[in-house]
Amino acid sequence: MTTHPLSREAILAIALEALTRVAPDLADESIAPDADLREDYDLDSMDFLNWVAALHERLGVDIPELDYPKLATLGAAADYLLQARAPE
Amino acid sequence: MACKTLHNTAPPPWPAANLGDYAQACAGFSWDRARAALSGSPGGGLNIAFEAVDRHLDDGLADKTAIRWLGKDLTPLDLSYRALAARTSRFAHLLERLGVAPGERVFSLLGRVPALYVAALGSLKAGRVFSPLFSAFGPEPVRARMTIGDARVLVTTSAWYRRKVAPWRTQLPGLAHVLLTDAGDDPPPGTLDLERALADCPDHGGLAHTRPGDMALLHFTSGTTGRPKGAVHVHEAVVMHRLTGLLALDLHPQDTFWCTADPGWVTGTSYGIIAPLVLGTTMIVDAAEMDPVRWLGILQDQRVTVWYTAPTAIRMLMKLADRDNPGIFADYDLSRLRFAASVGEPLNPEAVAWGRDVLGLPFHDNWWQTETGGIMIANYRSQPIKPGAMGRPLPGVEAAIVRHVRGSGALSVLDTPDTPGQLALRPGWPSMFRGYLHEPARYAKCFADGWYLTGDLAKRDADGYFWFLGRADDMIKSAGHLIGPFEVESALLEHDAVAEAAAIGIPEPTAGEIVKALVALKPGVSADEDLRRALLAHARKRLGPAVAPRVIDFRTNLPKTRSGKIMRRLLRARELDLPEGDLSTLESDEQ
Repeated sequence: MTTHPLSREAILAIALEALTRVAPDLADESIAPDADLREDYDLDSMDFLNWVAALHERLGVDIPELDYPKLATLGAAADYLLQARAPE
Repeated sequence: MACKTLHNTAPPPWPAANLGDYAQACAGFSWDRARAALSGSPGGGLNIAFEAVDRHLDDGLADKTAIRWLGKDLTPLDLSYRALAARTSRFAHLLERLGVAPGERVFSLLGRVPALYVAALGSLKAGRVFSPLFSAFGPEPVRARMTIGDARVLVTTSAWYRRKVAPWRTQLPGLAHVLLTDAGDDPPPGTLDLERALADCPDHGGLAHTRPGDMALLHFTSGTTGRPKGAVHVHEAVVMHRLTGLLALDLHPQDTFWCTADPGWVTGTSYGIIAPLVLGTTMIVDAAEMDPVRWLGILQDQRVTVWYTAPTAIRMLMKLADRDNPGIFADYDLSRLRFAASVGEPLNPEAVAWGRDVLGLPFHDNWWQTETGGIMIANYRSQPIKPGAMGRPLPGVEAAIVRHVRGSGALSVLDTPDTPGQLALRPGWPSMFRGYLHEPARYAKCFADGWYLTGDLAKRDADGYFWFLGRADDMIKSAGHLIGPFEVESALLEHDAVAEAAAIGIPEPTAGEIVKALVALKPGVSADEDLRRALLAHARKRLGPAVAPRVIDFRTNLPKTRSGKIMRRLLRARELDLPEGDLSTLESDEQ
């Protein structure tokens, strides 16, 4: 898949948009980038899996199961995705 | 081979199986002997908390770790049986001091934190009734259950109180006390800080003289129609908790046992609190949510010997390794693990085999439900496993496949092997529910001709193994949890745009099923993506992620019977491309 460069801000916005599609009840919340999504916003593991699947689809990044803990917060997810999209 | 890397240290010698020969165990079984295995309360009576905790103060286990609690950062906190006895006594005295009467209900809305275990066992010790709520419930399921259960006390956190209880608290005037685990010096009005309230309560005594038939636990389960039902369990249930821990989970006092279920569901109470303590094991509690790497670390580092988990979790682990590729499992030494069991929904044969290939241990599936209070049908350690089967009934439990015509009361037992029918149990086991609170008619409907009707469809093979086939009703089983369509539909119908709603379960590889809602809108409302998201948000805010639909689709009209009942079964058949079955009662069809 070709990946055109995206800024961290752009990735953060995409991750947030994907999150509020999975959990639309969060659309009117302001989500701090360092808040634990499962802990502070009542996301359960199915929500989380759906979110990861959406991120994969939108950003073309393969996210192995073992890396899931690296996506615990929006900020951490943006860092991870930015890194994963960076050219080798 | 994966097995070689898994058993890279010599496993310690395993104790002999508690159930050696199935036929012999059944033939020689007596409930009197099972009852006599418990000590009974000093001065008479029977109390779950005494059997689980205080009894061990005199049997040499007082200073053994009863609960090893792992915080989110994996820092352990060990509670000995002695410490647990002291903490639960303080909680029992607190209830007395607050004027909570015997038999009144103490609810919890907590994660897997030490306070949950203290509140559960302290309430039982005090002869008050404990009712745990799943923390992923939204405000609506919490309100419904606390209202039906006449909650007198709630133990929760400040955040969940604010989000899930405070907005409707005035509707429940009987809720006299809210105890917060983290309020410190500044509890909100109408609440107390739990630690401060406990501070000067005595750390001994507090044991109530409960009798075997006194109400002990209230576990909620969902119905196809109507409100959630509070299944009443009594102190005598501990006879079954002990027996099944012994025979179905093969627990020995030297075991380190990890039941991964949350106490908000019945498995997490019967086997995540009571059975392992009654049998004097050390039990592991993990505060965090399921994460494969974390779980492998816990199994290894805590030297877990017996593990009781659920198909959804097993399927998540199965993505990481298989027989030819041990993956991350090669990095962990799980040689201490000697028995693995699963419950919640039927475990697919591939998962049983995966356990054997990757863990070196097959999973032993077993079956029970909220109403039965304990494991009823199991694959035993000493017996051949039939992958995909629920197993065979516990000694003392009589199970049958029956045909029951609702309304007529007529029931026939189907003895021919492999005949599908409804799974039924002969009442009389000690942990059988004794009622749905305040709903005698719904309770009575569960019985016919001397049998308890489970609502599950199954068959029995020629060897006496039972095989699950499906539900006899429209209940949805997602991640092992039973979800009632009525609760989901009611929340959707509260939305201004919704005229009709039907909730059905559709297959999903990890969770087994997920909830899908089909919604017909009021005239003049147009279906679009914004509305779909608004409805999802509405449902999630009320119900929480564990109960709310994951998918919503729009329809102009939902198929109904002449009496106006929405035909969920037909909707599901169409969703899944299955035969539509008998449509003779269909009055108005879907559009």
